[in-house]
Amino acid sequence: MTDEPADNDIPGASRRTFLKGGAALGAGALAGAAARAESPDPLITEVQDWATSFGEAVDATPYGMPIHFESHVVRRNVEWLTESPVSSINFTPIHALEGTITPQGCAFERHHSGAIELSKADYRLMINGLVDRPLVFTFEDLMRFPRASLVAFCECAANGGMEWGGAQLEGCQFTQGMIHNMEYVGVPLRLLLAEAGVQPEGKWIYAEGADASSNGRSIPMEKAMDDVMVAFYANGEALRKEHGYPARLVVPGWEGNMWVKWLRRIGVYDQAVESREETSKYTDLMPDGRARKWTWVMDAKSVITSPSPQAPVRHGKGPLVITGLAWSGHGKVARVDVSLDGGRNWQEARITGEAKPKALTRFHLDIDWDGSELLLQSRAVDETGYVQPTKDALRAIRGLNNVYHNNGIQTWWLKPDGEVENVEVA
Amino acid sequence: GPALAEGLGLGRPALPEEIAAWDVAVLPDGTGLPEGSGDVLTGEEVFADKCASCHGEFAEGLDSWPVLAGGEGTLTDRRPVKTIGSYWPHLSTVWDYVHRSMPFGAAQTVSVDEAYAITAFLLYSNGLVEDDFVLTRANFTEVALPNAEGFYSDDRAETEYPLFSAAPCMADCGPEVKVTKRAVELNVTPEDPDGRPAGTLPALTTTAAAVPAE
Repeated sequence: MTDEPADNDIPGASRRTFLKGGAALGAGALAGAAARAESPDPLITEVQDWATSFGEAVDATPYGMPIHFESHVVRRNVEWLTESPVSSINFTPIHALEGTITPQGCAFERHHSGAIELSKADYRLMINGLVDRPLVFTFEDLMRFPRASLVAFCECAANGGMEWGGAQLEGCQFTQGMIHNMEYVGVPLRLLLAEAGVQPEGKWIYAEGADASSNGRSIPMEKAMDDVMVAFYANGEALRKEHGYPARLVVPGWEGNMWVKWLRRIGVYDQAVESREETSKYTDLMPDGRARKWTWVMDAKSVITSPSPQAPVRHGKGPLVITGLAWSGHGKVARVDVSLDGGRNWQEARITGEAKPKALTRFHLDIDWDGSELLLQSRAVDETGYVQPTKDALRAIRGLNNVYHNNGIQTWWLKPDGEVENVEVA
Repeated sequence: GPALAEGLGLGRPALPEEIAAWDVAVLPDGTGLPEGSGDVLTGEEVFADKCASCHGEFAEGLDSWPVLAGGEGTLTDRRPVKTIGSYWPHLSTVWDYVHRSMPFGAAQTVSVDEAYAITAFLLYSNGLVEDDFVLTRANFTEVALPNAEGFYSDDRAETEYPLFSAAPCMADCGPEVKVTKRAVELNVTPEDPDGRPAGTLPALTTTAAAVPAE
């Protein structure tokens, strides 16, 4: 190892120790050809500590955290977005993740009165209203129902909402990161409702949480009987406290606000409650001064997660992996197109893994970057034939004050130095 | 299967006291409202005591806390002011939300009569009733908020999906585009110490960071 910089022109990089040899070539230094080492790499020619002595013992970490080198892969808050950090949002580091499953520990949070602590022993779920038998379940009761599983994205209705008026935040963590995607196991809500016996006049359910905000939302009975789940497990283990431990609603394809956490009551009614979270909030103001209500489904959407403002290209010209996420609340992602020139020309990307309905889907496009500036975009198409619109196409219909449901195409400006910016183009 | 249609026999009947404790929702037609009443002046006192430290003496909002009154006629402005008076459709939501989830940090400490009184005061603050108004369970549904007709059910299936479901252009899709807006010009994103957006991937050509101190 040496302290001598191998490349003197790495924008923004602090001038600490650089490696000498093939591994040391900085941004812009390569012209496509494979690197050739000029001198032997001491990481190979010298025996390293980890190759001769012990690592950590198996009893060192009963429940592990990511290695410290990955400390940038964490949730982030943007303080100025909300007036209080207990009725607020943080963001999943989607710029640094691959595949589709979100690690629970860095999966975003949105609370309205903070993340409460509710034990399984103290947990109660009530079903009441227009039912034959109003019931109370303990958590132990719920563990005895037949289980189902599904993978689904939970996207906040406000994801990208700060970008309605223009390019504002720098990084897909901030502009698209109010989202997570987990494998859930729980009980279909219809089985719990069957236990209580829904009466014919029962057209709506109203789900509310045990927290002070309650977050009550009305859901039509058809959806409740279709694929809504009361989930206890996410990505193999119990829900995290901040995600609703010990039970939350999973509402595939629908806006995250309806995924009621710390679920304590399902009321069955003949009409919608029209609660605060479906009147004052989660209604979408339109240009004529009226507002859409009950905009439940999250439409097809995508984002390139790398390159992106937090994932600049530092390796220079040549092979470049474009990776991203696509999803649709209407079903499966059928296709993702990628443009390198701001939407003038498109090529079909590759779906890597499975495109599950109402779940995050990974796409890749491998290109040979010549070092010129690019305007990167991705465009999702779902199985209904719906094509993700541009922001301008959405604004032409909805204006600028919708607040929610921004699924417009994102543009990244990849510059010749490898830095990436959040921009709008026209 | 058939066994499930008849139920598994899990859970036990909810008692009336339990349902009354937890089902406090109020629907737009008044369903769920308990007996009680409150007038504007009482509401003003309760509001001053429990609410004004965030929402202002006149419900106008302090600092960046929510504004509960005002903003009438702003819904087509560049920056609309969406309050109970200018935006909310139903009075039931006011009563229900205040009673269940306010004050922020000390929810469910507002009595039934206090909820009526606060709701009466909020109507007054929004210029919708006189200062001698008394809100009761009986007259509650006679109150119509100004924006009661301001909402319509999701119509994307008619207004957007057909438009956005045409086969998209793949090549030569229009004139060359230029950058029109840049987030860096606002510079409001949290940053790492080096000035990059917080959480930027570390450069792999530099030495790894030391183990952070515990």
